[in-house]
Amino acid sequence: MLIKKPGDIPSSEITPKQSYLTRRKFITGAAAAGAALAGGLYLREHLDTENTVHAQGQKLNGIVKSPLSTSETPTSFKDITNYNNYYEFSTDKYEPNGLSKNFRARPWTVAIDGMVKKPKKLDIDAIMKLAPLEERIYRHRCVEGWSMVIPWVGFPLSALIKAADPLPSAKFVALQTIVAPDQMPNQKRSGVLDWPYVEGLRMDEAMHPLAIMAVGLYDEVLPNVDGAPLRLVVPWKYGFKGIKAIVKISFTDSMPPTTWNKMAANEYGFYSNVNPQKDHPRWSQASERRIGEFRKRPTLMFNGYADQVASLYSGMDLQKNY
Amino acid sequence: MKPLPEKFVRALKVPVFLLCLGPAFVLTWKGFHDGLGANPIDIITRTTGRWTLTFLLITLSVTPVRKLSGLTWLIRFRRMLGLFAFFYGSLHLMTYVWLDKFFNVHEMLHDIAKRRFITAGMTAWFLMLPLALTSTTGWIRRMGGKRWQKLHRLIYFSAAAGVVHFIWLVKADLRRPFTYGAILAALLAYRVIAWLILRARARRTMAGQQIARA
Repeated sequence: MLIKKPGDIPSSEITPKQSYLTRRKFITGAAAAGAALAGGLYLREHLDTENTVHAQGQKLNGIVKSPLSTSETPTSFKDITNYNNYYEFSTDKYEPNGLSKNFRARPWTVAIDGMVKKPKKLDIDAIMKLAPLEERIYRHRCVEGWSMVIPWVGFPLSALIKAADPLPSAKFVALQTIVAPDQMPNQKRSGVLDWPYVEGLRMDEAMHPLAIMAVGLYDEVLPNVDGAPLRLVVPWKYGFKGIKAIVKISFTDSMPPTTWNKMAANEYGFYSNVNPQKDHPRWSQASERRIGEFRKRPTLMFNGYADQVASLYSGMDLQKNY
Repeated sequence: MKPLPEKFVRALKVPVFLLCLGPAFVLTWKGFHDGLGANPIDIITRTTGRWTLTFLLITLSVTPVRKLSGLTWLIRFRRMLGLFAFFYGSLHLMTYVWLDKFFNVHEMLHDIAKRRFITAGMTAWFLMLPLALTSTTGWIRRMGGKRWQKLHRLIYFSAAAGVVHFIWLVKADLRRPFTYGAILAALLAYRVIAWLILRARARRTMAGQQIARA
């Protein structure tokens, strides 16, 4: 049989080593120049108004580890950001990541009002300097029966409350999400939830060292899909208590309304502590599926934080105060 | 309208069958290619559930479409479509029994008794079961057309239970379950109207006969 040998590459086709090296250098150089130009333009626009720029995906510096973190393996960044309830964008857990890409999380101010010495507005960059940023790896239990382990970056909510300077008569803290229908498609529609999304905590819950304000995830600036620039994380409660994109924090002496409680009071209480003995009317809360695992695992009382938080509720009937 | 030749109907059954298998195929393919996202069991449950309802509605639309369009040969596809509703319904149930509850009978019985959306879903599947079992020509003959048809009206209740199951499990934003509900309502309304017209016509004929006799 006659097998034709493939012809050698003609020497004219071969790029001399020197020449392709220079080409690479040129491309790198051009890219660097372009980046510098873009960076310069960006800085010119932002330098005089802000001294720190926190873009999505940017690394956060000076994060300290916390003894309050769990040693369990964190869920992947991909799963945390792609499987998430954020009803302002979509009721489908897979959609908010894409729909929130262009959400404007900067510039951002948070209004502090209600029972405080003096109402004020705090800039997000000032808020991020209220306390050292800590990594808090927390279990996250959704009321729907799934769970994750999430490496948040944040600081104790108590630090923000101290800065807010509430009156001693304040018994509750109420939080509110931004209303931005031009950026959040579901806020244009009725029949989803009452907007704005509101949440609340009793003062002693809010002052608990486990309750944090998250501004980051996996050592980076908090992705829009997880509630950038600022969201609440209360790891012993169901995930929906962790209100996202907070624009207002008010102090009151009466229990504030909360969105899911308004929607269905028999299903979602004000406290919404993780409790395997208190079933949701439509499903059991006794077990959960950890994202990435096949078999369900038992749900722990207060999501495994009972040692730290059970005393907050001593003497309360948790079947009634769910 | 001229009926379609037998040979053509038979040949058409093959692509229709393959098309009906499509959703199951896509799900399996995604399963082997890391395409089911963070919570695969959730996706499998939702996909099989949605296709069960979709096939129930397609099956229920065969008669109205056939009557309104005159495409009588459509009836030849009804059994296959109905069996596909049962197929996806059974996959949906298996996902719950196996992947979700891991054959924990105690937990499942507790669920069925206590959670109304599970009760509705189970009802929908159990109502489909006798229809699937008696779907063969042999059973039609054994039961007699009239009785067989009466039994197979259970599909109305199965589809209704399926829609209720969907409505009850959604937390907020009922657009999707209500869409299924609206289509089902239209398909059932067609039958009520058709029955009323038929009855009115029968009365008129009867009255006519009486006048003729008098």
